[in-house]
Amino acid sequence: MGIAIRVTVNGNEHSHEVDPRTLLVYYLRETLRLTGTHVGCDTSSCGACVVLVDGTAVKSCTMLAVQADGCSVTTIEGMSNNGDLHPLQESFRDEHGLQCGFCTPGMIMSAADLLMKNPDPSEEEIREGLEGNLCRCTGYHNIIKSIRLAAEKLNA
Amino acid sequence: MASLIGKSVKRVEDKRFITGKGKYTDDIVLPRMSYAVIVRSPFAHAKIKNVDTSKALAHPGVVAIFTGKDIADSGIGGVPCGWQVDFKNGDTMKEPPHPLLVADKARYAGDGVAVVIATDQATAKDAAELVVVDYDPLGVIVDAAKAVEEGAAQVHDEAPSNMCFDWELGNPKAEVDAAIEASHHVTTLEFVNQRLVANAIEPRCAIGDYDPSTEKYTLYTSTQNPHLIRLLMCAFVLGIPEHKVRVVSYDVGGGFGSKIFHYAEEALMTWCAKQLERPVKWTAERSESFKTDAHGRDHVTKAEMGFDAEGNIIALRVNTFANLGAYLSTFAPCVPTYLHGTLLQGLYTTPKINVDVTGVFTNTTPVDAYRGAGRPEATYLLERLLDTAALEMNVDPAKLRLQNFIPPFDGVNQEGYMTQVALQYDSGDYHTVLEKALEMVGYEDFRKEQEAAREEGRLLGIGFSTYIEACGIAPSAVVGALGARAGLYESSQVRIQPTGKVSVYTGSHSHGQGHETTFAQVVADKFGIALEDVEIVHGDSEAVAFGMGTYGSRSLAVGGSAIVKSIEKVLEKGAKIAAHKLEASPEDLEYAGGQWTVKGTDKSIAFGDVALTAYVPHDYPEGLEPGLDFSSFYDPANFTYPYGAHIAIVEIDRETGVVTLQRFIAVDDVGNVINPMIVDGQIHGGLAQGIGQALYEGVIYDESGQLANGSYMDYTMPRADDLPNFEIDRTVTPCPHNPLGVKGCGEAGAIGSTPAVVNAVMDALRPFGIKHVEMPCTPERVWNAMNS
Repeated sequence: MGIAIRVTVNGNEHSHEVDPRTLLVYYLRETLRLTGTHVGCDTSSCGACVVLVDGTAVKSCTMLAVQADGCSVTTIEGMSNNGDLHPLQESFRDEHGLQCGFCTPGMIMSAADLLMKNPDPSEEEIREGLEGNLCRCTGYHNIIKSIRLAAEKLNA
Repeated sequence: MASLIGKSVKRVEDKRFITGKGKYTDDIVLPRMSYAVIVRSPFAHAKIKNVDTSKALAHPGVVAIFTGKDIADSGIGGVPCGWQVDFKNGDTMKEPPHPLLVADKARYAGDGVAVVIATDQATAKDAAELVVVDYDPLGVIVDAAKAVEEGAAQVHDEAPSNMCFDWELGNPKAEVDAAIEASHHVTTLEFVNQRLVANAIEPRCAIGDYDPSTEKYTLYTSTQNPHLIRLLMCAFVLGIPEHKVRVVSYDVGGGFGSKIFHYAEEALMTWCAKQLERPVKWTAERSESFKTDAHGRDHVTKAEMGFDAEGNIIALRVNTFANLGAYLSTFAPCVPTYLHGTLLQGLYTTPKINVDVTGVFTNTTPVDAYRGAGRPEATYLLERLLDTAALEMNVDPAKLRLQNFIPPFDGVNQEGYMTQVALQYDSGDYHTVLEKALEMVGYEDFRKEQEAAREEGRLLGIGFSTYIEACGIAPSAVVGALGARAGLYESSQVRIQPTGKVSVYTGSHSHGQGHETTFAQVVADKFGIALEDVEIVHGDSEAVAFGMGTYGSRSLAVGGSAIVKSIEKVLEKGAKIAAHKLEASPEDLEYAGGQWTVKGTDKSIAFGDVALTAYVPHDYPEGLEPGLDFSSFYDPANFTYPYGAHIAIVEIDRETGVVTLQRFIAVDDVGNVINPMIVDGQIHGGLAQGIGQALYEGVIYDESGQLANGSYMDYTMPRADDLPNFEIDRTVTPCPHNPLGVKGCGEAGAIGSTPAVVNAVMDALRPFGIKHVEMPCTPERVWNAMNS
């Protein structure tokens, strides 16, 4: 039995009937084919699926699609604006904050949330702020630098 | 144009990743695709008495169910092993069958029993719950050393005492025994190098597809190694013609070794797609990855190092039980033998070495190469011995190393260093890396700080590790003689398009390493053209002629060298075309800045014009074929031998046992460097994994063979706030035997860092007189050590 939902994703409105058990991440990936949001675990630990729901970072594997009814969702695909990269996207490239790229969308979305709450975080605050995101490639070193650089760009 | 070699060029592949446009296997959706869920044994060892699929088959949306019996009846083969290690007496290793799904007996918790295929993932999962399997649990063996004991549960009837092989390398045991006996001091350690999970953040995924009209198969899979998967699957498992199979591996979300191997699910999805004539996708859940991705390490070792009265190492004796898990994964037998025993010379002049390794089967997930693969185990063994010996003999651990290092040699003017354990090192200056690291850490000042801290009751410690690794894997004839069932060369194709743009096809595979940038830098630099005029193509067996994939820090050293060979062929033919156009002899031309010039004149022709001429050969050298497109195979003359010195500083909380890593210094020598930014990134990532092993990670099996920490909730992956900023630097000693002078950087961090951290923990605990704490050095273990 489907339940009708209406969700705004990256500025576009969508109406669908979804299975009540469908997780938001699968709605984004499979129904909307926005595959930039990834699934890396089954315990809400890795953060590869982080998106912004009404401006706040959410692990989209921990939320049902029906709970997003009436919400505005931003995914990694919605971060750039008419081809202009978001400063976080630019900074991850400039500081080599990614390798395989799989955790990167979640990292960037978590970082976006962090910088909204704390526009000028220290290295320690960034490290604490990324507690919900796993990266196996970078050792986090360059991710921290990327987020610092983005903060500087956003504050300039 | 300025040289691109040695420049931190921003990665060209990043744009798709930072905008969510990466194309990972699970992102692929094909028309009429169905979804597979695998029913796995919850028991580590059990007879399968019956599998009842009737209820599951009746579930709406279920397309098909296949069981182990169906697989056995179909006559297809099992998963093969790609490396043979013989017993000491010459007998072939025990190689029991490894079916895609088991019919009679499950041998580890996670062994596949049936596959349920449905129209969507959720339905497949629901139906999998309805498959009723009647198990008869058997006794379980988990521990490698206990597996050979009498009365241990037998994993395979074909392998008495659970032994796969016993093996030794080095000097005759009697000589080493005598040298140990005659030593002034012997340092002995018994320890476990614990089992780890690679934990690439992208779970494995495989999609099988079959086109009845062309009788062609396509397998999309998250692998480091598409061509080898095709070869193994076609020739050994499914018995289907290789030219009718395409294996595609676009973006892969990390591998670290765990995606080298040919897994049952790849062949299973391919086979199912043919049976159903529709695509079938399987994506691992993380808990499934923990159970079924090949694990790493898992050695139980006793190691003894003998010293003379002056502190010179005179002998090393090693005895290791290596846990291979329930079945032989693709490269499993070579990891504890030829990638471990051969590295026990380390950086030292040890004249007598004997290593004895017994590979055993247990009721656990198969074990295979994980970042470093055998070399971290060798380094941990040596470097724990060195720091322990320094403590026991009351000498400085840095000085003890410097005293025992092999003297510098460049492999050109001085010969490569011949070890006691079969390898010949290419080039090295080992003193310099350690001296540089000591300078970076401020060693003398630290010792004063440590002393002052101890007086305040604070526990500060410093730990050292110096390592060498055999990379650039590998010269085919050498590894063939050592049991490899494959060659380990690499292929390349450099295709100059008529407009002068360049397409490069490589058998190396990038899953985070940045080949699309580094390889393009090499090509653009050699041709003197813009980076954006070069495209690197990998990960598709239909596009790339052949490949041996990426692992063993081999991509640039072997794959890059193959590209250089093709570039040279292009330039040689290009010179003939240019000479014709310039009415000169090819010998009178020089190539620089993207054009051929007649030496000493201003007569020149651009790369793009020569390319166009090659494809529009109206005015063209007589007898020369049109086109400008070359392929090459490069088989290295030797391994490459990166090395380095790592230093860790930790502080231990006396009340809680929590270890805080305060500083980490790494000085590595990976030969020449093409892109310093990317190399630094590789080192960082390796360090995090090595530190993870020292402090956080480790698989826990209970006595019944259950993986007790098989999730990210329970297995401690290093997080951002567990790690410091790394302080890294390098020295450059070029590899003398490949055209780029590169040695490889992918595994260095993971190989060097682990013992440095554990040695630092032991140094901090020095006031307690504790000899050893097992990894991971968790607060509980450290606290218990302090309070026992």
